[in-house]
Amino acid sequence: MLQDKDRIFTNIYGMRDVGLEGARKRGSWDSTKYFIDKGRDWVIDEVKSSGLRGRGGAGFPTGLKWSFMPKESDGRPHYLVINADESEPGTCKDRDILRNDPHHLVEGALLASFAMAAHTCYIYVRGEFIREREALQRAIDEAYDARLIGKNNIHGWDFDCYVHHGAGAYICGEETALLESLEGKKGQPRLKPPFPANVGLYGAPTTVNNVESIAVTPTILRRGGSWFSGLGKPNNTGTKLFCVSGHINTPCTVEEEMGIPFKELIDKHCGGIRGGWDNLLAVIPGGSSVPCVPADQMMDATMDFDCLSGLKSGLGTAAVIVMDKSTDMIAAIARLAYFYKHESCGQCTPCREGTGWMWRVLERMVKGEATKKEIDMLFEVSKQVEGHTICALGDAAAWPVQGLIRHFRHTIEERIDQYAANPKEDGIVDEPVAAE
Amino acid sequence: MPKLNINGTEIEVENGTTVLQACEQAGYEIPRFCYHERLSIAGNCRMCLVDVKGMPKPIASCAMSVNDLRPGPEGEPPEINTITAPVKKAREGVMEFLLINHPLDCPICDQGGECDLQDQAMAYGDNSSRYDENKRAVEDKNIGPLIKTHMTRCIHCTRCVRFMTEIAGVEELGLIGRGEDAEITTYLEKGITSELSGNVIDLCPVGALTSKPFAFTARPWELNKTESVDVMDAVGSNIRVDSRSGEVLRIMPRNNDSINEEWISDKTRFIWDGLRTKRLDRPYIREDEDLREASWDEALALVASKMTEALPRKSAMIVGDMATVEEIYALKLIADSLDWKNIDCRQDGTIVNPNLGRATTLFNSTIEGIDQADAILLFGANPRYDAPVLNARIRGRWAAGKVKVGIIGANEDLTYEAEHIGTSPADLSKLDHGSSGFAEVMRNAEFPMIIIGSAALKGEGAINNLIAAAKLAKGYGALKQGWNGFNIMHQSASRVAGLEIGFVPGDGGQSTTEIMHNAKNDQLEFLYLLGADEMITGDLGNTFVVYQGSHGDKGAAIADVILPGSAYTEKNGTFMNLEGRPQHINRAIFPPNEAKEDWAILRALSAALENPLSFNNLAQLRVELYKSNPRFAALNQIEPADQQEIIRLASREINNLSEIPLEPSMSDFYSTNPIARASKVMAEMSAMKTPLTEKATGTHD
Repeated sequence: MLQDKDRIFTNIYGMRDVGLEGARKRGSWDSTKYFIDKGRDWVIDEVKSSGLRGRGGAGFPTGLKWSFMPKESDGRPHYLVINADESEPGTCKDRDILRNDPHHLVEGALLASFAMAAHTCYIYVRGEFIREREALQRAIDEAYDARLIGKNNIHGWDFDCYVHHGAGAYICGEETALLESLEGKKGQPRLKPPFPANVGLYGAPTTVNNVESIAVTPTILRRGGSWFSGLGKPNNTGTKLFCVSGHINTPCTVEEEMGIPFKELIDKHCGGIRGGWDNLLAVIPGGSSVPCVPADQMMDATMDFDCLSGLKSGLGTAAVIVMDKSTDMIAAIARLAYFYKHESCGQCTPCREGTGWMWRVLERMVKGEATKKEIDMLFEVSKQVEGHTICALGDAAAWPVQGLIRHFRHTIEERIDQYAANPKEDGIVDEPVAAE
Repeated sequence: MPKLNINGTEIEVENGTTVLQACEQAGYEIPRFCYHERLSIAGNCRMCLVDVKGMPKPIASCAMSVNDLRPGPEGEPPEINTITAPVKKAREGVMEFLLINHPLDCPICDQGGECDLQDQAMAYGDNSSRYDENKRAVEDKNIGPLIKTHMTRCIHCTRCVRFMTEIAGVEELGLIGRGEDAEITTYLEKGITSELSGNVIDLCPVGALTSKPFAFTARPWELNKTESVDVMDAVGSNIRVDSRSGEVLRIMPRNNDSINEEWISDKTRFIWDGLRTKRLDRPYIREDEDLREASWDEALALVASKMTEALPRKSAMIVGDMATVEEIYALKLIADSLDWKNIDCRQDGTIVNPNLGRATTLFNSTIEGIDQADAILLFGANPRYDAPVLNARIRGRWAAGKVKVGIIGANEDLTYEAEHIGTSPADLSKLDHGSSGFAEVMRNAEFPMIIIGSAALKGEGAINNLIAAAKLAKGYGALKQGWNGFNIMHQSASRVAGLEIGFVPGDGGQSTTEIMHNAKNDQLEFLYLLGADEMITGDLGNTFVVYQGSHGDKGAAIADVILPGSAYTEKNGTFMNLEGRPQHINRAIFPPNEAKEDWAILRALSAALENPLSFNNLAQLRVELYKSNPRFAALNQIEPADQQEIIRLASREINNLSEIPLEPSMSDFYSTNPIARASKVMAEMSAMKTPLTEKATGTHD
């Protein structure tokens, strides 16, 4: 279990002063100039040695990502873009950082920009985050006033930070769609290559990072990469904000060590499963995009990238959705399928057409109004979407469905049998409904 | 040059080739919907997925450059597979997704027979459907009289959006909504205002955008396809005329990279309904104010007698905009035999004259030369209307950031940015003295172009404009080894040929303006109009007017004898485009009733004049024509003109240039010739374009 002295986000619950003074007391903005004086390579090396993996879901090593940026500018400016478009169902970690610990982010933005020779940073905040944006803007204003950032600041690296407020589309959390949206265009993912590190925002080299990835870097630099890598498990180092929701007694966002056993996470911080451990049905361990894991497999799992991908799921954003036996799994996944159908940008074929198809079949399966061979068909359709799209939304839409079929096929079959035995039990025979 | 291994065969391709192109070069077909070689890459249909060894997912081959592929661990060339089971599966998957919401209305869909989706579903699709849900329905949009929409069929490839934005330069089509609800629309449900909009019909891989006038008319496989050349403007766009049972049913573009690429203007494409209406289908003779039907013999005898009676100096001939080389040549021979000097092929009154040298009459840079130009000065020209396809090429060059455009004349929207330097010819001086920012652009340009349009070439002082332009071309180094930047923008398809043949006033002869002036003042006895209508503004007094042409338009209305000719789809012939490139048109259908091919009418007239022309068929005519004008024999080729002619013109003295603002070069793009004026579709387009305040009230003509 993570000791209090190793916590990075010491005000994640907003119990203390959110302002600059409070943040300084908790260590923010300490020795920032010293890190900058040590040079870009030192910063990148330190982040590399910390083993920090991106906190946005994919878990790509952050230091490595930074090192993809051109060493010298070819005349084009470099940009850092921070993805605060936190829209993944179940995930609520970035908003707490924005609300209660924003100076971590602002300081991290300065240091990361410096490491990538960027003088400008854009923070793309989700459209629904009104108070979060205000809190972030307040922190940025404070930092400007204290000349911590801005032109001719006390750190000697000219740095401007802009907050951009999105309009609430999930797809704009995809990095290239985010760049399009930031440029004022419709948020549709770009084709890759070229990758943003070569051709990003306004055609200039750009790195897009998650809020949490950036917000932890100042502390990593202050305490050293080896401190961070000493926490957690090999290849899954450091601390992580877990957002635990669902059928637990005290849902919460909590900072914990990577690789913490799932049981410990729930028992220590969440007051246990509603109705006890025997009542656990399944867990979606990493936000709505990853496949669910049934209770028996989840009991012994540790919360890190490698263990969970071994269970054919993923750590994702570490948004743990706990479901007890009162849950209708098919309905739950059908609801997620509706979400992806609603949020698909419509640019490429498999996602545009496939998400709606999967949702409709699942809606019928919720009632049992399907045939058993449609289960295989649904699985195949999800495979036809997965990996064939421009961005990862197609994969994200397919995985929950695959998880459902992999682990809860019997539930679907039972439902179908029930319906077949007495199809008009509820007295309603639904006519098929055309798409809106 | 990167090496690739495609399905086990090694191939070397050019840098910057896409994987899709490389596969095609290796001989493997890659299915695609959104990819089009003349549009930007969207990569959204996902039909072109291929396997690349070492990549976790299949890649969209249209969007992947071969330079982005990494070689294998031993440095072996990247391995691409297009025929493996996973690729087949991926294609079947994408095809299934495209079809689930696509209506099964092929039997009533106009795209049937030329539908990419239909063809590729046959080749790459599964044989049955697993989709049991209801299909999506999308509301159809009204986007004008040309394009019929059936948006339920749309597969969201966005070719139309990209064409309108990138090539037509009119951002009036877009994809709104997201996910399943994404729709192609004009946003405000209004007609598209581009002159090139019809091309989206060809681009649409399904039946979502089809031709409105052609709707439910015929299946493509029933049509006779005749390769021909367009005559709506002087560009000479290559077209295919599709006909059935003696009727032209539609007109399609043919690819010609040197001229129209694969685009044609809306006037070219949709003019065909005008070929059926207001046709002159038998000879007429005016008797007591009214026209009565007559036989060919009677009509020709009357014309011949009037021509012999008339004094040569009080007789004239004017050639219109859509006459073939052959008929202009035959008419010239008749004029010469009668010693008539008042002949003109410039019915719009422009002063372009072959006597000033051939180089002063041509678009010397050539259309392909636009792809080289780095500065273009438009002087009284509006290529958007004068030659829409040519304008698209300028726009492409501009969009690539390679050319800057300046305008002297009416400041109109060209679909790209242009610096408006001034409105009158006198403003040319701003370029001389470097007081305009554009003077600097022209001075620094390596391949500057000056395009002189009809607005600068007519009216008083027009010759000064031409000379001034020549001086400017010389001054800015537009005339040098390998580059001739002096260009005349003709609007008429037959103009260059007319000038080449020398159908201009001989010594002491009168030009169109003088002829028409004399006719109004009863100073003209006889006027022969070969499809010439544009200069007629009213009654021509006692002049005996003979109109030979295809349509009952202004000329026929004042004619004393009408000799019914053929439209351009009804005869064989030659046209020379504004570059001086001769091309053949071919007969798709026969002229209606008693109407005849025009050269044959003139041959018959010469017999009635008892001085028969020496040829009895088109082949013999061409032999003679090629003897006197060998350039017409070099089909599809351009003989560069002598730059010295322009330099000689530039050395002439000029008086002050006019300070009167130049008119727009065209008042109504959709009604520039008799066929267009007979077309209902063109009339609808014209009405749509006219602002509400200027709409005709019916109280004036």
